[in-house]
Amino acid sequence: MLKISDLVKRYGGGEPVLKNLDLTIEGESVVSIIGSSGAGKSTLLRCINRLVEPTSGSITLNGTELTRLRGAELRRARRKIGMVFQGFNLVERLTVMENVQSGRLGYISTWAALMRRYPREDIRRAYELMERVGIAHYADKRADELSGGERQRVGVVRALMQKPEILLADEPTASLDPKTSEQIMGLLRDLSRELKLPVLINIHNVHEAKEYTDRIVGMRYGRIIFDDLPRALDQEAMDRIYSGSPAADRAGEMRAAS
Amino acid sequence: MTLSDLGRDDWTRFTLKQRLQRYVVFAACALAIGWAISSIEVIWAWVWDAPSQMGDLFGRMIPPDPSNLGAILRVLWETVNIATIATAFAVILSLPVAWLAAQNTTPNRATLWIGRFILVSSRSINTIIWALLFVAIFGPGIVAGIVAIMFRSIGFVGKLLGEAIEEIDKRPVEALEATGASRLKVIAYAIVPQVMPTFWAVSILRWDINLRESTVLGLVGAGGIGIILQGAIDTFNWREAATVLLAILGLVILGEIVSAWLRRRIL
Repeated sequence: MLKISDLVKRYGGGEPVLKNLDLTIEGESVVSIIGSSGAGKSTLLRCINRLVEPTSGSITLNGTELTRLRGAELRRARRKIGMVFQGFNLVERLTVMENVQSGRLGYISTWAALMRRYPREDIRRAYELMERVGIAHYADKRADELSGGERQRVGVVRALMQKPEILLADEPTASLDPKTSEQIMGLLRDLSRELKLPVLINIHNVHEAKEYTDRIVGMRYGRIIFDDLPRALDQEAMDRIYSGSPAADRAGEMRAAS
Repeated sequence: MTLSDLGRDDWTRFTLKQRLQRYVVFAACALAIGWAISSIEVIWAWVWDAPSQMGDLFGRMIPPDPSNLGAILRVLWETVNIATIATAFAVILSLPVAWLAAQNTTPNRATLWIGRFILVSSRSINTIIWALLFVAIFGPGIVAGIVAIMFRSIGFVGKLLGEAIEEIDKRPVEALEATGASRLKVIAYAIVPQVMPTFWAVSILRWDINLRESTVLGLVGAGGIGIILQGAIDTFNWREAATVLLAILGLVILGEIVSAWLRRRIL
């Protein structure tokens, strides 16, 4: 279970990007986060695995408090959090197998990593997962030879190699064409069911969010203003999430405060 | 364009003021060059004499004397070895220096400046001056030559490699940090593959340069073909000097061919 409470993130001295945010993800559900650019979706996701340092608040994953971890403890916690990126973030010049095995870097020795001597069970797991997503025949190809959809599959397998307790996906389909993007969303949903894995997806495409996820969280300028089942997301809720500007929001806050 | 521009048929690239400024700058440059030429003491008779001297020297150089060719080729091989060994060591030693001198891998501010200091001090001193220094330390011979070339090359390779490290795509680094990989593993998997092409290109280029530099090391007693060349010149054995020069020319062309081939194979 992922439990975020009273999370604040402020860059420098400016307006907070995340404002006292609370969110709980239970079980193996697929949750999507929607909201316009600048709403703080990406920052929220990166606070969970500490690619971004939260300013204050608490994030616990299955009982482990993540916000205060340092060094080796932080790395051990990160092993349990898989992440899929918008730009795939593969190492282009390495083979698909090396990219996939880099998901195990937190577990294997430095020597084994340098010599590419991966444990047998890791290799077996890699082939199983690659077979599952349909890229096993690319194992020896270089990542830059693959198409966008295939690269994102490599990205998903790399994250799953970590045996994560939660999977974060930061706009995993934003760089893909519509058809491929539906395939990747379907894959994330199916894998969540098969591996009993909670998945948290940032997404711009509201149609895909409704179609492929169990719960939708709507963010607007650092706050969660919608949190419900996909079918509850009506036009009125959409307008609340996507209309307006940060300036209008701030003006509203000042009026409320005075 | 405003309405008043309609009907205009005059246009100049510069305003009058800009034109005057340019004339002043030109005049200042001409004055500086004139002053530089007049302040060095040139014996003009020797300059005008140069073409006939060149012809004379050239006449004494042909035909090249191949009687010492065996020794020349042996020392030429020694020259190749100096360049190759020095490049190999320099490339290995420049790796940690590049790591220190790149902003995105260096552990802290102090190590960044240490790395940059090593690069600057290595690069600011010419190979020949390093060689003079190391001949004094190791005595004359090829060890001094190897170390001299190595010291100069560390700065060159380290600087270019450090810049390559700073220009990598940071997204794979972020992805691997997110998997819980340690710093060293992130470097090995996300940074090293990205700088590998630059690493090979710079190493080959530096070997090519070192091949040429090692031919002059002998002039200061640091081994290689330069010793024979200087011996020939000192004894006015111009025909042997010509053989040595041709041998160096052949070596440089061969080096060019080898490095072009390596580049094609590796990159």
